[in-house]
Amino acid sequence: MSQTFITRHPSTLWVLAFLGLFTLLVSVFSEASGVGLISTSFVKTLGKTLCLCLIAIAMDVVWGYCGILSLGHFAFFGIGGYAIGMWLMYARTEAIVTHSLSASVIPPTEVEITDAIGNQIFGVVGSSDFPMIWAFAHSLPLQLLMILLIPGLLALVFGWLAFRSRVTGVYLSILTQAMTLALALYLFQNDSGLRGNNGLSGLQNIPGFEETSQAQISIAFFWASSAALALGYLLFAWVTAGKMGSVIRAIRDDEARVRFLGYHVESYKLFVFTLTAVVSGIAGALYYPQAGIINPAEIAPIASIYLAVWVAIGGRGKLYGAVIGAVFVSLLSSYFTGGSAPDINLGFYVIKWTDWWLVLLGLSFVAVTLLFPGGIASLFDKLTRKS
Amino acid sequence: MLRALLTVLTLLCLPAAVIAQDLQSILQEHSAQIAKPSRKKIGPALEALAASGLQQAPEFLERWQNKELYQRTEDGLFFYAAKSDAGLDITDIDSAEITEGVDAATLKQIKPNGGVRKAIAQALVQFQLSSPDLQRRQDAVAALAGKLDPAQLGALEASIDGETDPALKIRKQKLVTYLAAKFGDTPEARIKAIDGLAGDISVETRAVLSQILTTKTVASKTEPDANVAVILPMPRDQAYAFLVETQGLPAPVSSDDIRKALEANVVGGKVGTVSTVSLNTDAARIQAYDLLVSEGKAPARVSEADISNALATWQIYDIYDEPNPEITTAAKAAQDEVNTRVNVSQSADLALDAVSLASIYFLAAIGLAITFGVMGVINMAHGEFIMMGAYTGYVVQQLIPNYTVSLIVALPLAFAVTFAAGVAMERLVIRWLYNRPLETLLATFGVSIALQQLAKNIFGTQARPLTSPAWLDGALVFNDVIQISYIRIAIFVLALLFLGLLLFILKRTRLGLETRAVTQNPRMAASMGINPERIKMLTFGLGSGIAGIAGVAIGLYAKVTSEMGSDYIVQSFMTVVVGGVGNIWGTLAGATMIGTLQKGIEWLNPSNTLAAQTYMILFIILFIQFRPKGIVALKGRAAGD
Repeated sequence: MSQTFITRHPSTLWVLAFLGLFTLLVSVFSEASGVGLISTSFVKTLGKTLCLCLIAIAMDVVWGYCGILSLGHFAFFGIGGYAIGMWLMYARTEAIVTHSLSASVIPPTEVEITDAIGNQIFGVVGSSDFPMIWAFAHSLPLQLLMILLIPGLLALVFGWLAFRSRVTGVYLSILTQAMTLALALYLFQNDSGLRGNNGLSGLQNIPGFEETSQAQISIAFFWASSAALALGYLLFAWVTAGKMGSVIRAIRDDEARVRFLGYHVESYKLFVFTLTAVVSGIAGALYYPQAGIINPAEIAPIASIYLAVWVAIGGRGKLYGAVIGAVFVSLLSSYFTGGSAPDINLGFYVIKWTDWWLVLLGLSFVAVTLLFPGGIASLFDKLTRKS
Repeated sequence: MLRALLTVLTLLCLPAAVIAQDLQSILQEHSAQIAKPSRKKIGPALEALAASGLQQAPEFLERWQNKELYQRTEDGLFFYAAKSDAGLDITDIDSAEITEGVDAATLKQIKPNGGVRKAIAQALVQFQLSSPDLQRRQDAVAALAGKLDPAQLGALEASIDGETDPALKIRKQKLVTYLAAKFGDTPEARIKAIDGLAGDISVETRAVLSQILTTKTVASKTEPDANVAVILPMPRDQAYAFLVETQGLPAPVSSDDIRKALEANVVGGKVGTVSTVSLNTDAARIQAYDLLVSEGKAPARVSEADISNALATWQIYDIYDEPNPEITTAAKAAQDEVNTRVNVSQSADLALDAVSLASIYFLAAIGLAITFGVMGVINMAHGEFIMMGAYTGYVVQQLIPNYTVSLIVALPLAFAVTFAAGVAMERLVIRWLYNRPLETLLATFGVSIALQQLAKNIFGTQARPLTSPAWLDGALVFNDVIQISYIRIAIFVLALLFLGLLLFILKRTRLGLETRAVTQNPRMAASMGINPERIKMLTFGLGSGIAGIAGVAIGLYAKVTSEMGSDYIVQSFMTVVVGGVGNIWGTLAGATMIGTLQKGIEWLNPSNTLAAQTYMILFIILFIQFRPKGIVALKGRAAGD
């Protein structure tokens, strides 16, 4: 089976091989190996980019293959980040609190420890009690399960409601956008139980690995992100191949006709929507420990729209297109908005990239939509076909 | 004294009764009291002054109060005097004739003490309340209202009849009622005044009533011999804490206290006989603590039974400071009625707020209702057209300093600018994507990012003010609870105007007819000689132009920033979708529903507008599940499927 799958989809093999080579090269030249050509912060940026690639291919499957333009997938990404962030923050605070209380004359009771952790974490929002949603934060396995369960359940319920009442097209897009807006607004409240707009911070410190240097932690996360991307790519390549893939693409092209052929369109859509949501949650859970901080602004509707931008520029309907788009746009964005790009002096006006990058991005996005609906990947295809 | 003053004052108000007389002679009559004033004996002198009705009297009282009055030792005449280099400059009391450089030794300064000055001040208030100058009377009344003083009840009452200004007269009567309610002589009089207050929802009345109804909380074993308001239902912990505080009962020992007591008694890693290592549970700690108690090293714990006992013995009461129960009952009834009326007013105020929010949403969404609703084109840059309109208003205001003129110029100009932008976008981008709606969404989003950043580059990130003309400042005040600012009224009127205008254009004009034809069936319309391209372009321009005007209106009410468009875009889309696509009435219904809903949720949870928005969006998501076509759904072929 594996043999035939790969032979039918040689591009999958190419992408995986390239990913492996890239991971190897980065590992060799990173600070962790001692060479140090690539700084730790850049390793983190690359690792984060791999996570963005993972959510981009999820977006590509749901939009490029199934035709559901979801403007809310970053909500699932954020939920994944919050889920892992809760454990990271709890465990680290617990270590700090236990350490500081161990000096006291009388050993602390469990209640005292929990209260002290609560004070540490929720002091910024003027509270000290653990809300219900932190019930599993003390346990890594349970919280890892939450990374899968919460995005999955949310997508299941939301998708079931939406697909059942046949909300399609732009209506569905606006509905998903409303969902992520509602979530972001909710998290912005101080009494949401997730520290309001302070978000969760200090996530780059992994409990139990206090002695390990950030260089090594960053490379470990880079590997994990790379592996997750590889697995995710394989999973989605497999889902979109085969008979199910054909049905999914058929739904994109003509939903009514597929329904008349006897397929239960809603189930397929719900499956794709939920599966991609879970993968987005995993991507988020890998992303935020590398970013170090998560706050509600991350899941504002604009983030999900950028996700669509990456996929569109990279090329919809091709998994490697999504990867190219995510890498290309997110790295270029961080280059131009980071202030390291040189300004262009026109004599009468100095073009500052930090000011003009978004204008350029917006217009190039219009241009891509109008002139190259296939995105960068279609250029790639044209080249390979000619040769 | 007060009664006498009243009689006198009534006389004072009848000019015919005034007999001309000079001030000095009156002063001489009461020379002894004035030269050596005392609180008790000053009354007749002040009465005589008031009775004289002389114009100089208020001035005399003021200067007397300010210790500027002197008496000449040789003949006992009174003068005003001020110190100068050459001694004293004295002024004749009646003729205001000034003699400079008088030897200070010949005059004696009169220094009234505090009590006397108070009496003088009171007499002065009477003069001021009946002063022929309206401004002075108003000032006096305002001062009185600021500090209700029972001593002035009589003076105020006396001045009402002679009051010529109707507004001030009502104000005085109101103050008299307040004074009577708080300090009236007999309970009957107070109850009558209190009953008169029911039904008035002003802040002042509510304050007076709650001042009458102030309470203090006491704990007592038996029913206290006082005007009991209520037996307070308190939670157990709180009630016991109150008893601890007021009755000196032993305070409950908290786990924190236990830990501290244990820590204080650690000797060689042990508390008594218990090793500290085992003290990591509450049960072990309590046991060790009880050992300490038995050794007398710590206060005993208060058991739950003790607390129950104490709570059974003691009752906690709220007692009115006012001893007469009839008065408090009347005041309570009046307060209840006032509160009912306040609630009604608040509901009305809330409804007004909801209407004004709805009209803002309507304005923001109406342009979208045309481009999205009528043409099926999703325009993510709609919010940026709103922003462009607002910035147009800002730029016009920089060029034309007169706010009224600039507003009149800005409205059509904003329409023109965004109309042009809309037409340009339709020609350059949207017309290539008419059969690909999802890609229109993305392309227009690209335009939106670019426009937003351009605005940031041009105008900076800080908010720009769009100042409304002076005649739009302020608010229409119905009473102390219901009020609405003129800008909101203006926005409401503008929204109504747009509704009428758009209905007119779509239903009564050639353009509207052609638009509807193209919307329903472009090919058929084309074969009837309509140019669909032109119609789509114009319709899109119209929708965008309206966004520009909405931008000016929203800019007046909120700040102009490059991000203001994105604040409204999601709400606008939801307004259109909830209302029902393709229908202006639907947009109206959607805006009304969303506005009312948001204000309603905010009212339920006023501290948290973020939560209100969250719940509103959740509600809309659910609503669309059950009515996917919106409130006003199109039927038949026009529905599109």
